[in-house]
Amino acid sequence: MSATVTLEVARYRPEQESEPTFQSYEVPLRNDWVVLDALNYAKDNLDGTLSYRWSCRMGVCGSCGMMVNGEPKLTCAAFLTDYLPGPIRVEPLRFFPVVRDLVVDISDFMSKLKKVKPWIVRRQERALSEGEYRQTPDQLDAYKQYSMCINCLLCYSACPIIGLEPSFIGPAAIALARRYDQDNRDQGAGERLDILSGHDGIWQCTFVGECSEACPKSVDPAGAIQQYKLTGAFDWFRTLLPWGER
Amino acid sequence: MELSSCDVLIVGGGGAGLRAAIAVVESHPRLQVGVISKVYPMRSHTVSAEGGAAAVIKSGDSLDAHAYDTISGGDWLCDQDAVEAFVKEAPEEMLRLEHWGCPWSREADGSVAVRKFGGMKAERTWFAADKTGFHMLHTLFQTSLKYEQIRRYDEYFVTRLLMDEGRCQGVVAIELATGRVLAIKAKAVVLCTGGCGKVFPFTTNANIKNGDGMALAYRAGAPLKDMEFVQYHPTGLPFTGILITEAARSEGGWLLNKDGYRYLQDYDLGKPEPKPVLRSMELGPRDRLSQAFVKEMEKGRTLKGPYGDYVHLDVRHLGEKLIDKKLPFVRELCVKYENIDPVKEMIPVRPVVHYMMGGVSTDIHGATPLPGLYAAGEAACVSINGANRLGSNSLPELLVFGARAGQAAAAFAAAQAEPGSAVIQEAQEELARLEERLRGRPNAGERLATLRAEMHKTMEESAGIYRSQATLEQAATRLRELQDRFERVTLDDRSHTFNTQLVAILELSYMLDIAETIVHAALHRQESRGSHQRSDHPARDDARFLKHSLALRGQDGVPRIEHRPVSVTRWPPGERVYGR
Repeated sequence: MSATVTLEVARYRPEQESEPTFQSYEVPLRNDWVVLDALNYAKDNLDGTLSYRWSCRMGVCGSCGMMVNGEPKLTCAAFLTDYLPGPIRVEPLRFFPVVRDLVVDISDFMSKLKKVKPWIVRRQERALSEGEYRQTPDQLDAYKQYSMCINCLLCYSACPIIGLEPSFIGPAAIALARRYDQDNRDQGAGERLDILSGHDGIWQCTFVGECSEACPKSVDPAGAIQQYKLTGAFDWFRTLLPWGER
Repeated sequence: MELSSCDVLIVGGGGAGLRAAIAVVESHPRLQVGVISKVYPMRSHTVSAEGGAAAVIKSGDSLDAHAYDTISGGDWLCDQDAVEAFVKEAPEEMLRLEHWGCPWSREADGSVAVRKFGGMKAERTWFAADKTGFHMLHTLFQTSLKYEQIRRYDEYFVTRLLMDEGRCQGVVAIELATGRVLAIKAKAVVLCTGGCGKVFPFTTNANIKNGDGMALAYRAGAPLKDMEFVQYHPTGLPFTGILITEAARSEGGWLLNKDGYRYLQDYDLGKPEPKPVLRSMELGPRDRLSQAFVKEMEKGRTLKGPYGDYVHLDVRHLGEKLIDKKLPFVRELCVKYENIDPVKEMIPVRPVVHYMMGGVSTDIHGATPLPGLYAAGEAACVSINGANRLGSNSLPELLVFGARAGQAAAAFAAAQAEPGSAVIQEAQEELARLEERLRGRPNAGERLATLRAEMHKTMEESAGIYRSQATLEQAATRLRELQDRFERVTLDDRSHTFNTQLVAILELSYMLDIAETIVHAALHRQESRGSHQRSDHPARDDARFLKHSLALRGQDGVPRIEHRPVSVTRWPPGERVYGR
């Protein structure tokens, strides 16, 4: 008999149930399978009613984040063999409203993302005929890691502040603000600081650092928040001064 | 039923769709734009593109050189007027993205860096390390957020185009979170839904790549062009099909058979040199490299693994420093998904279905033959890729033709009256069809996963890298049977809330239609050209087949194949020469 492992999967179907329950699926245990492969096996062969999101299966689309044994993980990068002997508990990402089964509602995050103005802000747009902005490899490195965020939201599930204060704008959105603030093509730092220094901004964070731990792409949102706390006010004043412009 | 409306509706929120949406707003600021997608925009498959985006920018390169590489790479099936527009507008589009914040890799002086790429005679491929598509998509998505005129319908699945007297006037869609069926009226619709790799079992394509937009257009009466041309990328990881970018070879990686021999030298692709040579060996075009793999396998010179034959991609000699700087995602994917460190070990690879050259037939403005219906990106076939796309042409394509389609759709919409009431009647019929599918039909025993697996098997065995009349005729028969069995497919999940099984069933229905167009177009093309290799017709035949295939849906649902001439402006058909 070939080896198997048991998944304990959180189920919630609002048309049928008022409370989440757990359902067990026994799936083949294969060395190269990740938790997502096991869920796909279950859906194809055991229970067509299980709902979850997934797409690229290569850790870049950000769709398949779930809690695996209590930790936020991309299920396409979570090998079954790392959770033996099981059972492996799979739940929807923590601190988000559950739509159904493993699917969470991320619309609140989508509005937070927009609030930080994640685009290049310019007083004067450069004409295409003038060619590219110059940006040296060092200038690129100044923001590069913050541009690697895939919006998978593992950091929101890892963040204890989000659990207490859902209005907190949160790690990924702040990291994204930092990504543009640190880009030498951008002049929008002052506009972003309104949001970042407000009630739901950086001062909510008590620097636990769980967000950076959870990030599958080695982005450091905690570092971004810390940098804002140290230099944010200074940068804000500098943008007001005529000789302080970049 | 519920109604919504906008002036231009974009179906698909990937690179082409977002570029089209921005083009509508910038060309016609008073128009309202809808972007409807079955996933949040940043989940779109553009995100997975790795290597780069070609556009002439450096001195010593020329637009004509990019055009010639593209046309010869496409085995002369490209429409040359489209290619000329493409190469001319690509640099401007890439610069625009730079101005919007795309983190392109740079030279020491701060100018944009370019790299070599397969089939290209000059270094012209812009890149953002090896996550080019990811950065382009996020840049476009984040930039799109600043336009108040863009309204998004995130996680809505489009089930039908609304047509009134041949003109497209909107869509019917299911809101996934609630199951609510919505009719969205629009004066113009742009299909930017990407490719259909999931028609095959082994593919780099994401789970969402089911040919949705192609099938929607096909069912509405639009022709699908050149569907027989399916690109196999030569270097996929064996179990997952995860792509190892061509950039691994452009930086100097080697393809080795089981004897450690750079076997491409046996297939008229040039002589092995220690450093990469443009348009030679590992930097040959994808179709030729994938075909060489099959020949090498037939000679028994590949390695055997649990997921089929494979060869090695060796980048060890590039060193850790270069790999981490230029190919960090390659290393991450190999370590995380294959448990192999390419700094120390060779990467097992095999050809994998990657890209659809065919798609919804459009003119160079992205317009389909149906008034009000446009298409761009991989979903479309404007014919810049011909019989084989060159690596790093698809990302600039989605920018150039996304922008063109957006502008053309906006101009069309601005001159149109509000959609009439006839489409409401059609929307009601669609609602009834979906309710019958969800609630009314008893389960008749056919399993979704079984039907999908049988489609996969049929396509892989019959319509893969090499095809023949016998395999294709068998596939055509089997696909008809699968269409019949699909009518008896079982729906276990009858709920309205985020019903992914219902979506998967509707997607399978799209894919069966697309699979039939691939097989029938391949049957009719009795020659070998680019990615379409017929073992029973091994030579290119310009006298009979220098023409496009158009698949139209027949009354009985079986595709009917017609033809259209290829546009030849300045480059008469010639021999494809690589490495000599």
